[in-house]
Amino acid sequence: MQKLTSKLKGNKMAQVILLVLYVLVTSLSLYLAQASVTAFLLLLFSLLLLYYTDLSNRLKWVIAGVVLVGVIPFVASTGPSYQSYMEVATVVGIYVAMALGLNIVVGLAGLLDLGFVAFFAIGAYTYGIFATGQAANFMPFGTFPLSGGTFWIFILIGCFIAALFGILLGIPVLRVKGDYLAIVTLGFGEIIRIVFNNLDKPVNITNGAMGLASVQPPEIFGFQFIYPNQFYYIVLGILLFVILAVRRFEFSKIGRSWKAVRENEIAAQSMGIHLVRTKLLAFAIGASFSGMMGVVFAAKQTFVDPTSFTLLESITILVMVILGGMGSVPGVILGAAVVTILNLQVLTEVTNYLNQLNMDGVISFPEALAPAKMQRFIFGAILIIFAIYRPQGLIPAKNPVFDENALKEGAKNHRKEKITIDQDKGFQA
Amino acid sequence: MLADILHSLPQVLVDGLALGAIYAVIALGYTMVYGILELINFAHGEIFMTGAFIGVAMLILMTGMGWIASMPAILALILVLIATSILTGFMGVGIERLAYRPLRNSPKLITLISAIGVSFLLQDLVRFITEYKRGNYILTGPSMFTEKFTIKFSSLSSSFSDAFFKTSTLILVVAVVIMMIGLDFFVNKTKWGMAMRAVAQDRETASLMSINVNKVISLTFFIGSALGGATGVLFAVQYGTIDPYIGFILGLKAFTAAVLGGIGNIRGAMAGGIMLGLLEMFAASNLKLLTGGVFGAEYKDVFAFAILIVVLIFKPEGLFGKAVTEKV
Repeated sequence: MQKLTSKLKGNKMAQVILLVLYVLVTSLSLYLAQASVTAFLLLLFSLLLLYYTDLSNRLKWVIAGVVLVGVIPFVASTGPSYQSYMEVATVVGIYVAMALGLNIVVGLAGLLDLGFVAFFAIGAYTYGIFATGQAANFMPFGTFPLSGGTFWIFILIGCFIAALFGILLGIPVLRVKGDYLAIVTLGFGEIIRIVFNNLDKPVNITNGAMGLASVQPPEIFGFQFIYPNQFYYIVLGILLFVILAVRRFEFSKIGRSWKAVRENEIAAQSMGIHLVRTKLLAFAIGASFSGMMGVVFAAKQTFVDPTSFTLLESITILVMVILGGMGSVPGVILGAAVVTILNLQVLTEVTNYLNQLNMDGVISFPEALAPAKMQRFIFGAILIIFAIYRPQGLIPAKNPVFDENALKEGAKNHRKEKITIDQDKGFQA
Repeated sequence: MLADILHSLPQVLVDGLALGAIYAVIALGYTMVYGILELINFAHGEIFMTGAFIGVAMLILMTGMGWIASMPAILALILVLIATSILTGFMGVGIERLAYRPLRNSPKLITLISAIGVSFLLQDLVRFITEYKRGNYILTGPSMFTEKFTIKFSSLSSSFSDAFFKTSTLILVVAVVIMMIGLDFFVNKTKWGMAMRAVAQDRETASLMSINVNKVISLTFFIGSALGGATGVLFAVQYGTIDPYIGFILGLKAFTAAVLGGIGNIRGAMAGGIMLGLLEMFAASNLKLLTGGVFGAEYKDVFAFAILIVVLIFKPEGLFGKAVTEKV
């Protein structure tokens, strides 16, 4: 076995062949056995395998793109559960983007935010209010609902407004230290939910606990997005943007300052990092991803109400980040996918299976123990176990390794260049 | 408007005092743990909730066996209080041992995450035990001490109305006062209390003075959790209905109270709790009046959190705390 793995390591050709075989087998099994959730999950698993191959990054992106854009929708498309698979994939995408946003705040900047779902709610309500007749209650001009064509602008507006709220929350909160921050953000999340729940008077803005129904679906050139398989592509597009943005941020100057602030605020400050600005940026950027996905969520569900934005949601997103690995982009993507699929597919499937056994009289199984209701228990256990035994998560964050000598060489050359320039100037003078 | 506020003031004071007493005792648990470990024990609200469930379960059990009828109700309540506080006390010690102690040297973020995990775990544990046994996770305690009293404020001045309260309110306030005085005595006058203060001040130096730090921390958790559990029972008797999710918001508000009074400061937490209870009751009954009907009583939670945020911004050391400068 060890021989086999060592042979596989470093042999790109074998890896590619195995990966293609794997994708083929799983897609074929999904194609043939449509109702099989296992086949669908195994097909998604191929992306993780892809991550562990030795291929170049560019090739990995291309293969992942082919699998996500072409293979998965195609092989799932023929069967009866097509829309439910696409629904799961879409929701996974939404949560991945949110978890990546929270990852910036918690994983990179080290600020524990327990009210993260508030930004998601803000995004969702931004679109929800204007894409239903609700806005007519308080807007002095314009006709509402706005058409679905404005959805694309609203993605940007949602992003912007969520970022604005991120800053608004950040300004007072950043005066307090780490663990107070957790409590204040938790309070903020609750405040937002309560306010949305009660903002139906004196002016009816959010329609209170009734929620906003029949939100306009997005529309482009007369084509309406209604089904999950159509939203899948919107989410995929935004997700691509989010992942690229996060990768760029992580290795940029601002990303390095986030990490420095996380490790030691005082040391970071003494190295010339502007604490408040750095933290505010983390809040704003994290929130903006969440706001964008909130808009998509509102359009997809066509219904927004305050019960979608409870504390449990915030903690779920936190679990994704912790499970995957704080600060690690591939880890967080994996964590978000695992938790969402666990939530949507595995727990309900197991519950159905157990209920079936119960009805057949094989085992007697109390309703109270149904796995679908045990989310809090499972998430709590994940948090404790990972905190104690594996705080770095499933895929730990990797810092780029620099070759010290090469850097020194580079610095020397750089200095020489400078000196020559100086000399030139000297001659000129 | 002022006349309306004055009119309802006596009742607001009585209700606020009862609620504030509950906040105060739970705030003690937060403040003690924070003082010693610098950790927000998110699970403390859940310990309170578990205490409420254990207490109600015992009361229901005792009623079922006919014990309640054969002894004075107050004696039964005292027995239940003692038993519950011992159980929740050991629960607190266990939580510290399993979920916090292995993380004592890791970054604070990780410990906080573990604490949130414990809190969620406990919520669901209580939920499914109750649902398994009773078929529904919302539990209604046996009605006890429902005799009503009236304080004739109206005889003082005609602008006040009378205030009503139940025997259970009286018991609640008396029990809370006893607990607070007991704790204050324990912390300030006994040897163990001195050890506790020493560990809170400087853990390493305390351990050099031959104080068993781990034991002191366990003791802190025991006392805090025991008080929290006992308050849970009192809460259940006072308000009747409990569910597994009461602990979170209530714990959050109690934490607000602890911050209000200056975290780590035991007397401050007591004062902060009473103050927050009074403020919240006042807001609940008068917010609608004061804002001309724009905000109603449903914003009382927002009000409590707003207090927290305002205190943290303008006076993070709390009303009774000392400002600490950070040493590098």
